[in-house]
Amino acid sequence: MEETTTLDHSADVYEPSLTPDSLGKLGMWLFLISDAMSFGALLAAYGAIRASAAEWAPPSEVLGIYLTAGMTFLLICSSVTMVKALEAIQNGNQSRMCACLGLTILGGVIFLGLQAYEWTHLITHGLTFTTLPHEISGSTLFGPTFYTITGFHGAHVTGGVIYLTVILIQGLRGTYTAAYNHKVEILGLYWHFVDLVWIMVFTFVYLL
Amino acid sequence: MEHAHKEHPKYMRIFVILIILTIAEVGVVYLPFPTVVTALLLIGMACSKAAYVALYFMHLKFEQKTLTAIVLTPFVLCVFLVFMLLPDLMAGDRHTGMTASTSHTVETSH
Repeated sequence: MEETTTLDHSADVYEPSLTPDSLGKLGMWLFLISDAMSFGALLAAYGAIRASAAEWAPPSEVLGIYLTAGMTFLLICSSVTMVKALEAIQNGNQSRMCACLGLTILGGVIFLGLQAYEWTHLITHGLTFTTLPHEISGSTLFGPTFYTITGFHGAHVTGGVIYLTVILIQGLRGTYTAAYNHKVEILGLYWHFVDLVWIMVFTFVYLL
Repeated sequence: MEHAHKEHPKYMRIFVILIILTIAEVGVVYLPFPTVVTALLLIGMACSKAAYVALYFMHLKFEQKTLTAIVLTPFVLCVFLVFMLLPDLMAGDRHTGMTASTSHTVETSH
């Protein structure tokens, strides 16, 4: 009798198969997948607008490729420091993790600074949401597509810097250890995705 | 298992590969290749860079294969999206009614 009730009871209990670690990671991956669709749609729309325009100004004549190649370099470096931060905390080194997170934040902030400099430079030279510089001919849709795509990415970097700062503050308080660090890994997923998207934006908007 | 998780891949090697590909991308733009060749090279290099970031930095290579399948879904959908936009692009090439109406809308909005 006793054994039957135990069996019935165990049949009722549903054991969640997703642990807090794997659930958080899967959630971030799903968010990144939907975000990838947003960027995919923006880039596809850009391609359609550009291909159906009668004339399109060559990006290398309007935009500064060397500056943005430098920005690509910067984001790749900050991806490396991010992954080094995760490696450090998984080996139990809290201070090294905080130093690496600090460097990652620095990379993100310098990236945003360079983007602000680039936008200011382009706007003062005549590339606005509705106009092209006077000496360049082509569709005026160059401006809106450029500012929408790079702006959407810049918003992601801004969000990433805030996210990194929150995790760094928790790290400085000693929240993360060799045994408890899945939130650092989830942060890493987001930050590497921002880097990955920039690689695509750099190719499709600046180089092609 | 726990030990295997702490073994990290050689990130500096990935870093060097990504930097070399970035320099190669900028170089290809200034080489006198036909536009199609330049475009294919650039897209190829961008996709390999993205793959390196996802596989090593995001550890996709070391996760269960099901996650890779889930992650590849948006890219399949993006390819669909491009094919859905193709009729519009081909209309632009032939300067048919589609382009005419589009340019008309642009003109009136100014």
